[in-house]
Amino acid sequence: MQDTIGFPILTWLTFLPILGMIFILLVPSGKDEGSKQVSNTIIRWIAVVVTFIQLILAIIVMFAYNNTLSGVNELSSFQFVEKIPWIKATFPLVGQFSVEYFIGIDGISAPMVLLTAIVCFVAVFPSFNIDKAVKGYFAMYLLLDTGMMGVFVALDFFLFYVFWELMLLPMYFLIGIWGGPRKEYAAIKFFIYTLVGSVFMLLVMIGLYFSVGSFNMLDMMDLTKYFQGSIFEGTGTTIRYIAFMALFIGFAIKVPSVPFHTWLPDAHVEAPTPISVILAGVLLKMGTYGMMRIAFPMFPDAVGYFQSLIAVVGVVSIIYGAFCALGQHKVGMKDFKKLIAYSSVSHMGYVILGMSSMRPEGMAGAIFQMFNHGTITSMLFMIVGVIYDRSHKRGLDDFGGLANKMPVYTGIMSIAFFAAIGLPGLSGFISEAMVFLGAFKTYPVYTMISGFGIILGAAYMLWTLQKIFFGKLPEKWAGPWDPTKKKYKHDDLNAVELTALVPLALVVIYLGIVPSPMINLMSASVNQLIEIMKPFVLIGGQVAGM
Amino acid sequence: MSIGLTHYLVLAAILFSFGIFGILTRKNAVLVLMGLELVLNSANINFIAFAKFGGLNIQGHVAAIFVIILAAAEVAVALAIVLNIYQNYRHINVDEIDKLKE
Amino acid sequence: MSPENILLLSAVVLVLPLLGFVFNIFFGKRIGKPSAWIAVIILGIDLVLSSILCIYKLTTDLANQTIGSSADTLQIIIKDGLIHSKLIWLSVGDVVIKIGIGLDNLAAIMLIVVTLISFLVHLFSTEYMSGDPRYSRYFAYLGLFTFSMLGIVIANNFLFMYIFWELVGISSYLLIGFWYEKKSASDAGKKAFLVNRIGDLGFLIGILILYSTFGTFMFDEIFDGIGSGILPFASGSMLTIAGICVFCGAIGKSAQWPLHVWLPDAMEGPTPVSALIHAATMVAAGVYLVARVFAMFTADALTFIAVIGTITAFISATIALTQVDFKRVLAYSTVSQLGYMIMALGVGSYTNGFFHLVTHAWFKAALFLASGSVIHAMHHSLHKMHDHHTDPQDVRNMGGLRKTMPITYLTFLFVTLAIAGVPFTSGFLSKDGILAGTLAYANLTGGWHWLIPILAFSAAGMTAFYMFRLLILAFHGQPKTEAAAKTHENNFVIVFPLILLSILSLWIFYSPDPTNASIGWFHRAIVQPKTAVPEDYQWDFLLIEENAGESIKEHNQSVSNHSEHSAEQVHHAGHHYINKFAEEEHHFHGTAMMLSLLIAGSGILLAFLIYQFKIFSADNLEKQFKPLHTFSFRKWYFDELYHYTAVSGIIGLSKLLAWFDNLIIDGLVNLSAAITRVSSYFIGHFDNIVIDGIVNLLANITGFFGGVLRKVQTGQVQTYIALLIIGIIALIYFIF
Repeated sequence: MQDTIGFPILTWLTFLPILGMIFILLVPSGKDEGSKQVSNTIIRWIAVVVTFIQLILAIIVMFAYNNTLSGVNELSSFQFVEKIPWIKATFPLVGQFSVEYFIGIDGISAPMVLLTAIVCFVAVFPSFNIDKAVKGYFAMYLLLDTGMMGVFVALDFFLFYVFWELMLLPMYFLIGIWGGPRKEYAAIKFFIYTLVGSVFMLLVMIGLYFSVGSFNMLDMMDLTKYFQGSIFEGTGTTIRYIAFMALFIGFAIKVPSVPFHTWLPDAHVEAPTPISVILAGVLLKMGTYGMMRIAFPMFPDAVGYFQSLIAVVGVVSIIYGAFCALGQHKVGMKDFKKLIAYSSVSHMGYVILGMSSMRPEGMAGAIFQMFNHGTITSMLFMIVGVIYDRSHKRGLDDFGGLANKMPVYTGIMSIAFFAAIGLPGLSGFISEAMVFLGAFKTYPVYTMISGFGIILGAAYMLWTLQKIFFGKLPEKWAGPWDPTKKKYKHDDLNAVELTALVPLALVVIYLGIVPSPMINLMSASVNQLIEIMKPFVLIGGQVAGM
Repeated sequence: MSIGLTHYLVLAAILFSFGIFGILTRKNAVLVLMGLELVLNSANINFIAFAKFGGLNIQGHVAAIFVIILAAAEVAVALAIVLNIYQNYRHINVDEIDKLKE
Repeated sequence: MSPENILLLSAVVLVLPLLGFVFNIFFGKRIGKPSAWIAVIILGIDLVLSSILCIYKLTTDLANQTIGSSADTLQIIIKDGLIHSKLIWLSVGDVVIKIGIGLDNLAAIMLIVVTLISFLVHLFSTEYMSGDPRYSRYFAYLGLFTFSMLGIVIANNFLFMYIFWELVGISSYLLIGFWYEKKSASDAGKKAFLVNRIGDLGFLIGILILYSTFGTFMFDEIFDGIGSGILPFASGSMLTIAGICVFCGAIGKSAQWPLHVWLPDAMEGPTPVSALIHAATMVAAGVYLVARVFAMFTADALTFIAVIGTITAFISATIALTQVDFKRVLAYSTVSQLGYMIMALGVGSYTNGFFHLVTHAWFKAALFLASGSVIHAMHHSLHKMHDHHTDPQDVRNMGGLRKTMPITYLTFLFVTLAIAGVPFTSGFLSKDGILAGTLAYANLTGGWHWLIPILAFSAAGMTAFYMFRLLILAFHGQPKTEAAAKTHENNFVIVFPLILLSILSLWIFYSPDPTNASIGWFHRAIVQPKTAVPEDYQWDFLLIEENAGESIKEHNQSVSNHSEHSAEQVHHAGHHYINKFAEEEHHFHGTAMMLSLLIAGSGILLAFLIYQFKIFSADNLEKQFKPLHTFSFRKWYFDELYHYTAVSGIIGLSKLLAWFDNLIIDGLVNLSAAITRVSSYFIGHFDNIVIDGIVNLLANITGFFGGVLRKVQTGQVQTYIALLIIGIIALIYFIF
């Protein structure tokens, strides 16, 4: 256990937003229009300050983080650990029931903690455009922040589950109240879909509890700690396979992988911009994070059994998602957001493919891809938000020639687009390349097939680029705002938007050129995870030097 | 003929029967109470008779005095109830007082 | 210079244009016109530095040495004339990914090619692009391109190669679509990028095969690995496939058949860009790649390369015969010449293939810049006449430019001679070498391989014909439009690059003998590398003969010191040739020269007969060979073919899948929701009627009995007492 700071920094990191939420709830809402404006402004800036402090804390954590410690299943090498009993009760029949407040990070969760802090900070800025029930919105927003951060730091399964569900509720309201025209449908769909996943997780969690006698995740990863005769005892049993599948589906819904992905386009289309950003930037990562943190190390034997199936899920997600994104140019609403939603399905497929390879490159590439997808897709959604705020349109055919009208916007957007199609020099390339390098060693054929994803990816992204930014500006968008003629002004980015987009762009460029800080962060943990999996799974290219 | 236990018992039985008859047949609550008094007093006669002939001795007397006291108390309470009934119903006809039914 | 300094200087050469890009992106618009001159100056410095590097590299003997060990973060290795560095970039567990840059003769010469043409194009563009609203942006993109191209040149590993490969792709995309207001321009950019991506996918798979086999991206380590007998999946044919996959990258980038369709469309970009990217440097990157990794190609892979090159050279030559757009003729000519280079490498004529790359870079850049000069003049002339409908690029609108633009005409004439392969030009030297190589190859391998020289010679004839057709149509005769008559020669900034590039197309820069390049410095500096492929999978005639090995090393290490000695060697027969192929090539040298002179001469003559002297009517010929003409004019219908198969197929599939997703997958989700709703409706009713009914029934029964029994409860005190008495009597009766 490494507590290098001597200060419960992870607790602060996790519960700081709750503190902010309390402050926000204490802000009196004004009576007349003027004081309402004042209170809204105060609320917004509280959110900015809180998320900014959270970001600073996360950066401090990253600097204090020791790269050489692996974590995963060793308590001794987790960092910033806090472990205190939380719930302790004795029940008849069940016996002792104890839950610990057990948090800590390792190389798998550290990038996610940083990502969450970054995304939550930048997504506050597009939230400035929310005018309806500002207090409630930001209270929910910060609650969501706590839930997400908690998921990434929890090391007790019960605590993990609590945070997992905690994040669900504010998300439901954020989509269902501040969303678009079909918000109720989207919110319910999101909620129920995720809840189905949670139920699977809950069942397996209970089973594991009865097999291990505690909710400690690290104990659950230790096959020797399973009770004699308990349901998950031993390896290679059918019940373990079923349990793994249940967990996998539960997490795959969250990723989302084909065929559990259809909640995502609806949720994205209906959610307000900042919520789309968080949804794509952080929430989707929870699925793959859960696989790495829970499903894989707890059921390595089942991973071995289903490994090629997992790879196929990854490949299908890549290709299918890319085709669907391309198809958005031709069918349906031609909605920009829907296109990006499908591109998320495709890009998260790389994560699954990388994980299934069980190679250090592939696994590290998968985590890195999670991080990069978080930053890049956040940018993409904010970019859609920018034109949506100006024109209240986001159809792919509604624009054209914005490159002349909004040059700075186009520049930032090009970075995001090119990062999304894996242009070298930007972070997306490194992670995709690492995924390919790892996956090819284990599954050459699948990897070749998934390679078509990069062509399709380039196709739909460049097509979008062309339709929205190139060509001539349609007459209806040309002039300044004129309420009588229903024309809109297309100003370039304002300061608030730049504050949100530029840091992300810098992260994308920096990690594209110097990826090693991020890779080093996860390297030891990735190896440790592979060590756990090694006896059970197929790992390509194991012969040294071959 | 000497008056023996049997005579007392018969007297008490007759008195008891009158009392029961009065309780069951009278409509007026006061008359019902009077029937009740008869029943109690028939019991007293029995106690006294047994004290004299049955070997109950002093306990029979004590029981009889106890019953008299009880009867007095009972009448006090019962008359209070009757008075209340009268105040509520403006009559004391027990046939028509069937609120308990509900 | 110490090895560190050489590499440092190479890195500086690499990074300078990037600085120009960053500067122009952020500040270009603010400072306006001078931004271009900043870019020109940066490129000038770059040119000087790379010249220093190149001259130093070609004249200095570098002893083999290794600085640092492979575990160090930075390792510098000098081996067999290649000086390169290996820098640890990433390490995950036992996986270490290294990058680095390297410099050998091939890279050194290529550095000059890139920086010189880039410099001249920058210079040319200051005038050509003046008045464009995104003037500084243009120079920023040029800087980005130059950076990426230099990266390809000095990469010493596949990872870097791939990274810069993609980066040139994106800068090419940005420059083709520079005038993005035009749909055709942004379409062309998109097409170029996507077609290239298809090739790049192959390249990526090739890299993945090699990486998963050898665990490294370094060229030298991979070659050593192959040389030590490690093969991908332990099979020689997988090595062939890996080679073909890597070559796919070249197919895309060098616009080889069947992915050649993007290059003619890429002419939508500004003409100087076409000169820089789509004629001289980027499209040559594919050839450079093949040359760079020549050592890993098996005999089968080389045959594949040769066939692709030949087909490309032939098909695009036939298409160029009938095109009317000035730049499109040049574009197809470029594709054809690139096919030549690829073919040369494929048949094993390594040196001539790369030699043609260099000579072609000069004269094709000159041709494009000359076309730029013509178009610029036409454009101005049309602009003055307020004519915005006439196409300034259509040769049918030109004619007679010889008189109005004499310098452009003369330079164009000279480089046309060079591309047609007329003696005393560089083009003659390189083309002749390639043709000799194809003959040697066919003779050594026999069979259907003879088709390669046949197609190559016919392509050479067609090249001479269509180039002179273009020259005559544009410059000779009478002006066909008023605009053409009113053109004027451009200023110095535009003609200077033309003159310089034409001068570079003289033979004297490469060889003292105008008929034989093999005695020149170039052929001594660039020698076929020792093939790494095991003998079983390689042509025996390409294996470097042992006794020649020593002299090869000397060739590599030092050119100037050994020049006389080497010249003698080449002239000697027998064992002094590095391999059997070189010997055979030498034998066919004379034959090839005669044949190519004859064919090129007849091509030129035919062009003059038809277009200058009008002995045969072009229109009549066109009518007589209508189907053939249409077939050529419509570019063999490749665009249509791809559009109706691949493009429509993919779009159709994407439509289908989007529909499928929306209707079926999401439908299933909604269906399950609907089923839940319907079943909940029924269950609700069941619950309401049956379950609740039973409960209510029970209650009713109880109520009924209660109703009956409650009759007993009269509420009358006397009834109760009566019952009590009856009860007591009954009790007494039962007890006693």
